[in-house]
Amino acid sequence: MSAVKAKHQRLILVVIALVALVAAGVIASWALRNQASYFYVPSQFVEDPPAPGQAIRLGGMVEANSIKTQSDGVTIDFVVGDGDARVPVRYSGIVPDLFVEGSGVVAEGKMQSDGTFVADNLLAKHDENYVPRELQDMNDQHKKAAVAETTI
Amino acid sequence: MKGWRFFLPLGLFAAFVGIAGYQLSQPKSEFVESAMIGKPMPPFDMRPATSDVPGLSLANLKDGKPKLLNIWASWCVPCAAEAPHLAELERQGAPIVGVAIRDRPEDVAAFLARYGNPFQRIGADDLSELQLAIGSSGVPETFVIDGEGVIRYQHIGDVRAEHVPLLMEKLREAGA
Amino acid sequence: MIAELGLAALWLAAALAALQLVAGALAVWRGGEESGGELAGLIRPAAIVQGVLCVFSFAMLVWLFVRTDLSVKLVAMNSHSDKPLIFKIAGSWGNHEGSMLLWITVMSAAGALIAFVERRLPERTMQATLAAQSFVALGFYAFLLLSSNPFERLPTPAVEGNGLNPLLQDIGLAFHPPTLYLGYVGLSVAFSFAVGALITRQVTPEFARAMRPWVLGAWIFLTVGITAGSYWAYYELGWGGWWFWDPVENASLMPWLAATALLHSASVLAARDALRAWTIMLGVVAFSMSMIGTFLVRSGILTSVHAFAVDPERGSFILGLLVIYIGGALAVFGLRAGSVAEGEKFSAVSREGALVVNNVLLSAILGVVLLGTLYPLLTEAMGVRVSVGPPYFDPVGTVFVVPMLLAMMVGPLLRWRGDRLERVRKPALIALVCLAGGLAVAIALRAGVLSTIGLALSAGLAVASVMPLRGRSLRRLPIATWGMVIAHLGIAVALFGMASERAFNKEELAAIKVGETATVGPWSVKLAAVDPVAGANWTAIEAVMQASYAGGKPVELHPQARSFWSPPQETTESALATRWNGQLYAVLGKAADSERWQVRLWWKPFVTLIWYGGLMIALGGLLALIGRVREDLRRRIVQRKAGERRAEAVP
Repeated sequence: MSAVKAKHQRLILVVIALVALVAAGVIASWALRNQASYFYVPSQFVEDPPAPGQAIRLGGMVEANSIKTQSDGVTIDFVVGDGDARVPVRYSGIVPDLFVEGSGVVAEGKMQSDGTFVADNLLAKHDENYVPRELQDMNDQHKKAAVAETTI
Repeated sequence: MKGWRFFLPLGLFAAFVGIAGYQLSQPKSEFVESAMIGKPMPPFDMRPATSDVPGLSLANLKDGKPKLLNIWASWCVPCAAEAPHLAELERQGAPIVGVAIRDRPEDVAAFLARYGNPFQRIGADDLSELQLAIGSSGVPETFVIDGEGVIRYQHIGDVRAEHVPLLMEKLREAGA
Repeated sequence: MIAELGLAALWLAAALAALQLVAGALAVWRGGEESGGELAGLIRPAAIVQGVLCVFSFAMLVWLFVRTDLSVKLVAMNSHSDKPLIFKIAGSWGNHEGSMLLWITVMSAAGALIAFVERRLPERTMQATLAAQSFVALGFYAFLLLSSNPFERLPTPAVEGNGLNPLLQDIGLAFHPPTLYLGYVGLSVAFSFAVGALITRQVTPEFARAMRPWVLGAWIFLTVGITAGSYWAYYELGWGGWWFWDPVENASLMPWLAATALLHSASVLAARDALRAWTIMLGVVAFSMSMIGTFLVRSGILTSVHAFAVDPERGSFILGLLVIYIGGALAVFGLRAGSVAEGEKFSAVSREGALVVNNVLLSAILGVVLLGTLYPLLTEAMGVRVSVGPPYFDPVGTVFVVPMLLAMMVGPLLRWRGDRLERVRKPALIALVCLAGGLAVAIALRAGVLSTIGLALSAGLAVASVMPLRGRSLRRLPIATWGMVIAHLGIAVALFGMASERAFNKEELAAIKVGETATVGPWSVKLAAVDPVAGANWTAIEAVMQASYAGGKPVELHPQARSFWSPPQETTESALATRWNGQLYAVLGKAADSERWQVRLWWKPFVTLIWYGGLMIALGGLLALIGRVREDLRRRIVQRKAGERRAEAVP
């Protein structure tokens, strides 16, 4: 094979590489802007509600006397507030142990088209660090992260 | 120059270090500061955490003298580590009251027997109720409470030797 | 006394590392064995003794944990006299200080091993490599001795230890971190080789062959570690998920991606003396990813919303090490790569060409994962808090995984140097037909978009990966080729498991009374009883469930909700019923009211294939490693015999 041809062939590979890397950058940055889930507190949430279907995280306090269990036994409704604004949330599943009225919570979920916020995951807060008990108040994923974090 | 492209990875890495360094230098709200500072303690009345030391209630804090309120537990190693420094605070004249979190009387007694007892009173908080109410999120923590039962200062984590003068200073301020 | 012995051994080892660095640097500076003088003779012994000392030091730490010596802070913080022995031992590395000691132990043991066995590289390159290895090790010694001493004593011995975290009282997890460590540290050896070769400019096929077993070994451990970690997360967390894209997982995935690319580019360098600069680059990047991953999770800068046992000082220390090693290596790369860059030429349609495509796409995936992991950092600098999860990683990853898998189908069929596409038309067509078949089936079953792609690709890839066996004598096929076939097949198997789990997963969440039945997919699950039970350091409520598949004989499941008391915390223990075609996954929740209990059930068809696939990939790696080492040994024997013959011929 001639040297010119080889150089030509090499160029093809370089072009493939460049196209792939540029594509990676463009697609990744586009997707990050659209798919990253933003953190809201209730007053931001009320002022500028997220678009339906957009995954977000809502952080605040569980208002007193707001937890209502539905008749199916696994769905709960509650209100997340920050003193200024209140956002009703619905969640189906097994709640974390530290999820009680008056405690902090981060609800991960989406706004539905009918205007309710449906959480598919709850993280109970009060997760602090300087005691080995740090894990007790976290939800499982963060427990796992913490465990791995102290061991990796 | 032909070789510049070999420096590209170094450039990308430098950008990463820049961002990471910036993030590290930012003060992190790693410790959740209590929103209760400057506010009065909620009413509470706790049974004694062990038979030899009296329990703790709001009335005990409102006796006109500023105090240190130490949130601890016998199962917590940093609490054992801070014991000598609490003893030092006591020696310097700081009145200290304790709240034992999720603890058993026999464990509390064993802890005090081993590490000494700097506490005038120890209340038992079996469900972390008071702890959560005053915005403490872990053990150990030490609060400065003034004579009217108002929270003046919060120290998060174990008390080390270097914190002793600071806590004494805060205690004096709370008394003023 | 034991603790002091361990600490002393560690200090001695650190001093030897310093000696090794100075002697190595001097020898390389003066240029090779002849002029390196007596100091150069110290390099290999220093590395070997250092390895022995570190192993001794680590053994002392394990001994302290076995005896539960509560005067040592680390033991008091992490152990408990009532704990089962195996978890006492595992406790020695289940914490920051102990894990750093394990890291340095493995690293210096690896250094000792290369000092002991590696003789085929030019002596000067070996000196540079060992100097680089000791330079990296020194940073970790400093980290360990100055800021996280595992042998620190308490002023007053504790009465009782704090207990190992109940989440860590799990046999899988106990051995998970060390497995990943072996992977990370293996990559540190590859890094040292790369830096050594770069310094002496001897980037040769010999260098690739010397480095390859280390990369392979590291890669096997990383594969096993990631697979086991994923399975652990799956059964331990009670969420039914097997990959969450959290920074901790990404931290182990990124080095794996880089190591996979390195493995393939090292093959090109070993076989064809091409891709020199690129292989060196990947050697640096692979270890960088281990370090960056460690930094990101340890410093806490990524998990600031849920602060853990993080310490900004530790973060700064690791960042400092990163700057010195990675920055230094990349700077040397920038200066030196120009003079080693040009390797042999090859045509685009060739084994090398396909491997380049694979490398580029793997790098793109690595970039995508890295960017997604770092993005929260970037936005936080601008005051916006975000988290990046599956909605980003799944589709964006797929965009690059698809062409990579397509290249993987064709690549192994091509010849080195140059080939014609016509020659591989037939096997490629067979694979494409299978791919189309998979596509049709997936569409008929109404799998989602990503699952459809996954199912189709796994069908095509499964067939394509065994194609290299076509028309060859299976008994005479090199072991390394078997390794490649099995590893590629493992990818297809794991991919099938992932796509099937995603497409056909069924979930049921209900509150039922004792005696009632819930159904999920083909399973009907009867809640037979809910009873309290107790273990060594926990109490729990345990459900007895009778699960029957399609009306068959019921199997009994015992999911639990456990409460530990030292330290107090609660966990859910899921229960699994495994069949050849999938798993039933059951979790017991809380009491919904006075009579009903929350239960959560999943039916996950073929989910187990994900981990079987992962193990196949590791097995493939192992076969390749055995094959390569055997090849090397044979070559060495042949060379020695040739040398002897020449020596005989001379007089």
